[in-house]
Amino acid sequence: MMGPDVSWYIVLSGFLFTTGALGVLLRRSPLIVLLSLEIMLNSANLALIGFARHLGEHDGQIFALAVMAIAASEVVVGLGLIVAMNRSNVELDVDKLTTLRG
Amino acid sequence: MGNVLVWAVWLVAAFGCLGSAIAVISFSNPFFAAIALIGNLASLAVLFLLLSAEFLAAAQVLVYAGAVMVMFLFVIAYIGTETDAPFAGGPSWQTIAAVVAAGAILVEIVVAIGLKAGGRLSDGTEVDGLFGGPYEIGRIFLTDHLLAFEITSIVLLVAAVGGVILGSETRRGQTPESRR
Repeated sequence: MMGPDVSWYIVLSGFLFTTGALGVLLRRSPLIVLLSLEIMLNSANLALIGFARHLGEHDGQIFALAVMAIAASEVVVGLGLIVAMNRSNVELDVDKLTTLRG
Repeated sequence: MGNVLVWAVWLVAAFGCLGSAIAVISFSNPFFAAIALIGNLASLAVLFLLLSAEFLAAAQVLVYAGAVMVMFLFVIAYIGTETDAPFAGGPSWQTIAAVVAAGAILVEIVVAIGLKAGGRLSDGTEVDGLFGGPYEIGRIFLTDHLLAFEITSIVLLVAAVGGVILGSETRRGQTPESRR
């Protein structure tokens, strides 16, 4: 099966990562920041799986599975933090979260 | 003919991927952003299939669309959909700096990969039909990468405990009266 070779996937992964980074940097809502983080992690997964296919080794796919598990844990903790913030009536804006400032 | 078909599927999935990613970061309503992320994950699963990573494509759909996105939508429904102006709120130099930083990341990725792997990425390895299937993944995960497997399970356990602690209603030092 001939198709786009791995460099196309890498370029797409780079653009996806940049989009996610833009979302993390630009958006104020912590929910959207978490969603953008998911995009960044998934673009890294795409690069890992692309290289795994390119080299014919499974190691990249194993790494991508581990990244998926880490992403799931990160979402659990992040959403827990957001719910806790919401419960203590903190405004959901990453610029206004200054409670931990010394 | 098969070549053209693969390219067509790749193009549709790639543009679906990028378009929904841009939609995620530009929707003002978190609910719509989460829905757009589902499209992003689905088209990524198609790309994984094209890279003959069948097991990971299935895991992607199950873990993300099945578990993570449901959790996201639950939390969005719980805290209410507060809309914010997508690209406003901070000082304008922050926006400019963010765009410059993201562009720098893109250039860095392209330069680093182009320098290190340029010219060697075109000749891919031929793989057989078993590549990326659950049999191979499971065998390697439980033999060569057993330590990563165990550490992943510990990380998931810690995250689950942390989620329960963060989400529990009563805290230490809080009397039942002070609970809302």
